[in-house]
Amino acid sequence: MVASEIRALFAVAARPEIVSLAGGSPYVAALPLDVVGDMIGQLIATQGATALQYCTAQGDAGLRERICDVMALEQIRAHPDEVVVTVGSQQALDLMARIFIDPGDVVLVEAPSYVGALGAFAAYQAAVVHVAMDDDGLIPEALEEAIRRTAAAGRRAKFLYTVPNFHNPAGVTLAAGRRHRILDICQRAGLLVVEDNPYGLLGFDGEPMRALRADDAEGVVYLGTFSKTFAAGVRVGWAVAPTAIREKLILAAESAVLCHSSFSQLTVREYLNTQPWHEQVKDFRELYRERRDATLSALSRMMPPGCHWTRPAGGFYVWLRLPDGINAKAMLPRAISSRVAYVPGTGFYADGSGAQYARLCYSFPAPDRIGEGIRRLASVIETEVQLRDDFGPAH
Amino acid sequence: MSDLERIVVLAGGLSPEREVSLHSGARVRDALAEAGIHAIIADADSALLAMLRADPPSAVFPAIHGVCGEDGAIREVLGLLGVPYVGSVASACQMAFDKPTAKALTAAAGLATPPSVTLPRETFHDLGAAAVIDLIVARLGLPLYVKPSRGGSALGAGPVRTAADLPAAVLSCFAYGDTALIERFVSGTEVAVGVIDLGAGPQALPAVEIVPGEGEYDYAARYTAGKTEFYVPARLSAAVADEVARIAIAAHTVLGLRDLSRTDLIVDDAGTAWFLEVNVAPGMTETSTLPLAMEASGHSFGRTCVSLLEQAAARGA
Repeated sequence: MVASEIRALFAVAARPEIVSLAGGSPYVAALPLDVVGDMIGQLIATQGATALQYCTAQGDAGLRERICDVMALEQIRAHPDEVVVTVGSQQALDLMARIFIDPGDVVLVEAPSYVGALGAFAAYQAAVVHVAMDDDGLIPEALEEAIRRTAAAGRRAKFLYTVPNFHNPAGVTLAAGRRHRILDICQRAGLLVVEDNPYGLLGFDGEPMRALRADDAEGVVYLGTFSKTFAAGVRVGWAVAPTAIREKLILAAESAVLCHSSFSQLTVREYLNTQPWHEQVKDFRELYRERRDATLSALSRMMPPGCHWTRPAGGFYVWLRLPDGINAKAMLPRAISSRVAYVPGTGFYADGSGAQYARLCYSFPAPDRIGEGIRRLASVIETEVQLRDDFGPAH
Repeated sequence: MSDLERIVVLAGGLSPEREVSLHSGARVRDALAEAGIHAIIADADSALLAMLRADPPSAVFPAIHGVCGEDGAIREVLGLLGVPYVGSVASACQMAFDKPTAKALTAAAGLATPPSVTLPRETFHDLGAAAVIDLIVARLGLPLYVKPSRGGSALGAGPVRTAADLPAAVLSCFAYGDTALIERFVSGTEVAVGVIDLGAGPQALPAVEIVPGEGEYDYAARYTAGKTEFYVPARLSAAVADEVARIAIAAHTVLGLRDLSRTDLIVDDAGTAWFLEVNVAPGMTETSTLPLAMEASGHSFGRTCVSLLEQAAARGA
């Protein structure tokens, strides 16, 4: 591995002295850990021989039934046989890339896009093409244009990867009015959609959005996870895919890990079967809403002129645009010295752009720490603006 | 055997060199273990003082780099606690860590060091960056080397070959500190010379010649195995090897350093050795030069660390 200055800086960002608005960690301390502990103890006592044994590559049948209940909240009607359990949704991304991508194949993604997906696609040497978003998510005209350009170059995109709800990192949500349009464009182009939806149940206003998969069972592969609604540490995610793709996913999963952890799967199944998980999701929503509010309030009060940011209606992230000529990556050492951390925007683009952006994650620090972190960040940006004025833009 | 019942290796800190320090600390701990001494690693955090007070160590081995580790701060605190430690006292660290001060003191002692200027960012702002930069280039010429006045691992540091590149280099430097040291770039053979004092006075270890595989000896080149070639001893004439050893010992002495240090130098094409900087908590990673030099000179790394700790423990606070 090549030593990297950025990685070195993130080694500091993990220290408690730093207000980290960087990592997208869910606040699992809000779980009733004693109750979960008792539940796991009971699981081992009563079903240990199953929980500690191999299982099928597709995943525990009882868990897959519960997963269908979870997806019903986003109006997806799926049968447990259509579900493949994965090691977080990250494994599903890796398996999708393994199945579909040959070196040089085009994959369409939003601009910006989830860094973990970009990493998975890069590992299979995909040619990633970014498609513009605005405050209402993916722009249909931009998608059409990207498809047209890809075709004009004599190529065909393998799939569109999208995070429609409370986007990571952009914080925006694909507007209801655009969803059919996006699906229609993809159907006409024969383009598969990979809908990655880790945050869909963590909206702060109203009911969960209707999933893309709810309106196109054949054209959409849906990825879900319990990382944000229960516990990231159990590493349980899933994919719902049309039959032909699902069979390939199962074979690829079997080849990769033989089977997923029975213990993790049964832990999640028991949690869903025995605990008031709807109430827990509601508690998470309230907790993250409070932190989102603290973030937006502090940004409004403290950010210097020239900064712009998104206003997420759910999820974990605010996407901050810095004043012109300010490079978030170049600014990071000063931010770390000032004891605040964020993720520079370049990590969310496959083409090296995004230097003027930073991802701020509000899910983990308490509201008062968020305010302090943004105060520090504002001061760092003000210094950078002065340096820009003195020396010109950073590269 | 020694009285090193409880040894604490300090590693981590909050500088950008934290990751390097954690590697250094782990390597020192492992080397001590191989030499039969059990050591624990502790970070410079809010738990440290209570831990040192509750169970005072026989001696501490500071392996924290950068701010807090090398600027004297942590050693000042160890002194307040009355805990023995390996290495230089706080006041000497303060002089050595501040590169312009170290250059000035070594120059006053007759050592050659590249001409330089040291300027805080406010000066560029107040007087106008372009005018100040013009003046620097006119006075020092090109090429130049820009680095933060305090800090290590080449973070924020780099060469400047044209005047047009100087603003960006100074800007990169200011990401890691508020004061820039801008010195005339000397091309030649890059060497690092370790100095160890085990009670018989400072002794220079064989010079280590550093040859980056490509480009500069930057952060990646320093800490990625295989990216840099090292020659121990450096491919220098006997006279020049003696000279770099003399300079390293002189720097160690002039700055009032204790136990160990590492001096970085450039030997130009004419054979002149130029002092660049000195480190009071040199890197101890798998790709660091001081452990290489110890092993090459027949000093076991682990045994040398033990000897330094024994010396510190015997010396007391």
